[in-house]
Amino acid sequence: MENIDPVINLLMIFVLSCIIGYYVIWGVTSALHSPLMAVTNAISSVIIVGAIIAAGPEKINFSSLMGFFSIILASINIFGGFVVSHRMLSMFKKKTKKDSK
Amino acid sequence: MSENLTAISYLVAAIFFILALKGLSHPESARRGNFFGITGMIIAIVTTLYNPNVLSYEIIILGILIGGGIGTFIALKIQMTALPQLVAAFHSLVGLAAVFVAASALYSPESYSIVDLDGRIYLSSLIEMSIGVVIGAITFTGSIVAFLKLQGLVSGAPTIFFGQHFLNLLVVLFIISLVVFFAVDVSKETFWIIVLTSLILGILIIIPIGGADMPVVVSMLNSYSGWAAAGIGFTLSNQLLIIVGSLVGASGAILSYIMCKGMNRSFISVILGGFGVDEGSNVVDKIENRSVKTGSPEDAAFIMSNASNVIIVPGYGMAVAQAQHALREMCDILKKNGVGVKYAIHPVAGRMPGHMNVLLAEATVPYDEVFELEEINSEFSNTDAVFVIGANDITNPAAKTDKSSPIYGMPILDVENAGTVLFVKRSMASGYAGVDNELFFRDNTMMLFSDAKKMVENIIKSLD
Repeated sequence: MENIDPVINLLMIFVLSCIIGYYVIWGVTSALHSPLMAVTNAISSVIIVGAIIAAGPEKINFSSLMGFFSIILASINIFGGFVVSHRMLSMFKKKTKKDSK
Repeated sequence: MSENLTAISYLVAAIFFILALKGLSHPESARRGNFFGITGMIIAIVTTLYNPNVLSYEIIILGILIGGGIGTFIALKIQMTALPQLVAAFHSLVGLAAVFVAASALYSPESYSIVDLDGRIYLSSLIEMSIGVVIGAITFTGSIVAFLKLQGLVSGAPTIFFGQHFLNLLVVLFIISLVVFFAVDVSKETFWIIVLTSLILGILIIIPIGGADMPVVVSMLNSYSGWAAAGIGFTLSNQLLIIVGSLVGASGAILSYIMCKGMNRSFISVILGGFGVDEGSNVVDKIENRSVKTGSPEDAAFIMSNASNVIIVPGYGMAVAQAQHALREMCDILKKNGVGVKYAIHPVAGRMPGHMNVLLAEATVPYDEVFELEEINSEFSNTDAVFVIGANDITNPAAKTDKSSPIYGMPILDVENAGTVLFVKRSMASGYAGVDNELFFRDNTMMLFSDAKKMVENIIKSLD
């Protein structure tokens, strides 16, 4: 097994994650599909990890500049996505005391 | 930080992301899930900052602060009715970020250790990079077009021209050959031509798709943004990006599937676009001169306050008129008078999955009064009055009976079975599908022509 191409290893991770995703997402209640989109949008910006490495080197060149811009873009998404889904989720409430009056 | 430790931290982050999605299975656990997501993101970012190649912390922190400030500001200001536009705009940023990261990987591959001993980028990395950049660029322009359509800056109507599908096919084939060419010659020019062509393809894919299909488009772009992240993950051999990318990709794909099923349309036919342009006209002629029963707010108030139970069916029109708060107020008065009130939500009501649920939640409607189509459809026959506000196609019985109708086979809310159906509409205009609704002409239907919000406010006045 030592001679497996690293790409195959990545492919295994990919396929298994797709399967996990499939089962987890079917468990999401349809009332929360909008927050789901906001959350998935925020976490797909984990691409910031690649952007940080790009912006990492001390000398500034085209690559690190690209990295800097994508850090900004990804951060807009991360903060925006989590904040807006938090706003949505805090609105979902059960019957309030008003009904028991 | 050693590479093993980095990999373990990424694994922990990935588990937190999975828990974040798992939390959304119930409104009770969802808020906790959101915090799991934030935790996962912090772990991922901090771990990456410990990478030995990352030295310029100032510029990274600056970028995060700028982006975070903008993102937080927008997210706090945005109106819940404008949610679909916001999400589309956010998707476009993921796409653009993917393009930028791919470009930086091409210009300094040594940062990501994707070069062999001679300094050449691995062939597999080149192909993965091209796939990531193609999906990223399509996501970027596609989401921008979707944003413009949702925001009303360009017409929501499908843009169709002769030879459209043929042109798209040609562009796809062109991109594939460019990718092959790029894998051989590794030139930066070819890379940018791929980017440019993919940007154009993104526009071409989304312009033929009409307003009613927007829930599918938004979900589809959600999915693309995930696959773009996964593609970049393959390029950089970053497991976390692959895991998260495929989770998001799967999520968007499932949402697209649910939305397509809600309209009984195949995914292919949505992508090919053009819904609601050609079929509508002939149906209109048939019933043009038939009369409908119209009513006043007082009539509606009388009917609903004398009913023992009422079901509210909201649609996109309610969102446009911002009538959700007035609607909740009306229902509160009805409940105080001993009328049972429930809300019925069709899977494709609104402009993105779950849009109506959020709007009702915003108006402080408790979520246990809101029901999905399968849960509530059998109850319409025992219901005295149905109040349809800003919805049309999703109640049209033609979907069950008329095989020639473009919406034939779409699951509908069976409001026709209720004692009285009240339709709040601005005019007799047909819905997005361009089909007339037979229900308007029934004896037990009363049309309330007005702006949705004004009508509800007037009903509240008569109820008092």
